[in-house]
Amino acid sequence: MLRSPAIRSFRMAAWLGWQIESNWTDPFLFAIYSIIKPLAAAGILVIMYRVVTQQAFDTPVFAYLYLGNAFYQYVSAVTTGVSWAVIDDREHYRTLKYIYVAPLNIPLYLFGRGVARFLTTTFAVLIIILFGVGYLKMPLALNTIQWPLLIVSLVLGTLMLGLVGLILAGITLLTARHSYYIGDAVAGALFLFTGAIFPLDVLPSYLRPVGYALPITYWLELMRRALVGRVAQAFPTFSTLSDGQLLALLAVMTLALGIISLVVFRWCERLARERGLIDYTSNY
Amino acid sequence: MSTVMATTPIHKNSGWRLFLQTVIGRAYPRVIGQQREKSWMIFEVLLPLINVAAYVYVYRAIGAPEDYVGFVVIGGAMIAFWMNVLWSMSSQLYWEKEQGNLALYIISPAPLMAILLGMAVGGMIATLLRASAIIALGTWLFNVRYVVMNPWQLLAVFVLTMVALYGLGMMTASVFLLFSREAWHYVNLAMEPVYLLSGFYFPLKNLGFWIALGASIIPLSLGLDAMRQLAFRSGPSLGFLSVPLEIGVLAVLSVVFLVAARWLLKTLERLAREEARLTENRR
Repeated sequence: MLRSPAIRSFRMAAWLGWQIESNWTDPFLFAIYSIIKPLAAAGILVIMYRVVTQQAFDTPVFAYLYLGNAFYQYVSAVTTGVSWAVIDDREHYRTLKYIYVAPLNIPLYLFGRGVARFLTTTFAVLIIILFGVGYLKMPLALNTIQWPLLIVSLVLGTLMLGLVGLILAGITLLTARHSYYIGDAVAGALFLFTGAIFPLDVLPSYLRPVGYALPITYWLELMRRALVGRVAQAFPTFSTLSDGQLLALLAVMTLALGIISLVVFRWCERLARERGLIDYTSNY
Repeated sequence: MSTVMATTPIHKNSGWRLFLQTVIGRAYPRVIGQQREKSWMIFEVLLPLINVAAYVYVYRAIGAPEDYVGFVVIGGAMIAFWMNVLWSMSSQLYWEKEQGNLALYIISPAPLMAILLGMAVGGMIATLLRASAIIALGTWLFNVRYVVMNPWQLLAVFVLTMVALYGLGMMTASVFLLFSREAWHYVNLAMEPVYLLSGFYFPLKNLGFWIALGASIIPLSLGLDAMRQLAFRSGPSLGFLSVPLEIGVLAVLSVVFLVAARWLLKTLERLAREEARLTENRR
C-alpha cells in the first residue's frame, strides 16, 4: 500500500513539511514558537473581554469567542500550510519543477505539506483550551464533551480547510510571490464573516449572508457545540439547526468544495504549465 | 557626441550630500514603487480594516463603551507601522542578503546607515498613507468620535513615536544581518505577542503596571497610549502614564534607538564580514 503514489506523496510531503517548519531551531524553542502566537492572539481577546465585563469568564459569550478564536487558528494554519508550499518550493527552494517531474500526486503532496502546521496548531489549540479551562475557569468538562461530534467535525473541517488551501495553491501557481501569505490573507478576510469571535447576529444584516455561505462558519459552530453544547443554545444564529443538520451542511459544503477545488487547481495548473510558471521566480 | 559624453566630468557626491542622496534613493522605491503595486493596497488597507472590524464587533457584542471602538481603529492603523517596521525594516537586510543585493550595497560608496534611513523614511511615508486610509475608513464605517483638545501635542506624540519606532527598526535590521532562515520566524513571532503587549486593541494599563512598563520599550505602546489620551473623551482616565511623561520617554527612546542603531550597524557589519555571513544563503 505504501507503494501507492498517492500515499507516498502525502507521507513524504508531511515529513518534508515537518523538517522545514521545525528544524531551524531546537525543539524547545520550536515548541515555544508554536504556541506563543496563538496564545497571544487569545490573550488579546481575554483582555478585551476582561476590560469590559469585569472578568465574567463563565458566560456563554466568553466561551463562544474564546473557542471560536482557538479553532480559527486552524484556518490560517491549514490553508497557508497547503498553499504556501507552492511559493516555498517554487521560489525559495526552487524544487517545484523537480516535484512535477517526479511520480507524485501533486494535490496530495500539497496536503501533506500542510500536516506540519496542522500538528503544531493542534498543540497550540490544546494549550489555549487548557489555559481557558484551568486559569479562566471556562465552563468545559471532559464528561460533557461530545467526542464523536468533535472528532468527525475536526476531520471534516480539516479536510474542508485543506481544500480551501488547494484552491489557493492553484491561484498561487499563477501569481507572483507577495509579502503576505495568501492563506493568512484569506483567513484574515474571513475572520470577520465566520462569526469566529462574535455571534453572526452582531454583524449588519447585509453582511450575514457571506457568513452563512462559508463552511467555516458551520464548522466553528460544530466545534463549539461538541465542546460546550450550552453555548450554542445561548445564541439564536443556529439555534434552529440540530447537530446532525449542521454536520450534514458541512459535509455537503465540503463535498462541493472538493469538486470545485480540484477543478480550480487543475485549471490553474494547466495554465501555469502553458505559461511556463512552474519554475517561475518573481523575487519579490 | 560620444566624445563629449566621455569627457564630461561626472559629478560625484560625497559626505553629507552622498548620505542625503542615498536616503532619497532608497526611500524612492518605498514611496513610489509600493503605490504602483495595487494588490498591496488590498493587503495593507483592506485586510487590516477587516481585522479592525472584527475586533470592533467583539466590543459591540460585549457592550463596550463606544470610545473602545475608536481605540481599535487607532490601534489597527498603528499596526500598519509595526508591520512595516517588521517586514520592511528589521528583516530587510536579511531579504537583501537572500536576493544577493546586500553585497552590492556594501561594495557601493553609499553609507549603509543612509540606506537604512532611506528605508525608514520611505516606509514611514508609504505606511502613513495606508494608516490614514484605515483611520478614515474605520472612522466613517464605525462612526468614531474624536475629542482632540491639544492637536500639537498629538502631532508631537505621533512624530516621536515614529522616530523611536523606526529607530528600533534600524537597530533590529542590523541584528538581522547575522540571522539566516530563522530570521523569518523571529519576525513572524513578533506580531501577535506585540499586538498584545502594546495594547493595540485595548488600553495599555489593563496589562497591569509592570507588564505595561516592560512593554513600553516598544515605542508604539506609549505612543498609542498617549494618542488615545489625546484623542478620546475617556482617554485620560484610561491612560497608563501622563502624556508629558510618555512624550519624555518616547524622546529618550528615539535617541537611544538611533544611537544604538548606528553602533550596532557598525559592529554587526564587521562581525558579519568576519564570519562571512554577508553573502551566506542557507536555505
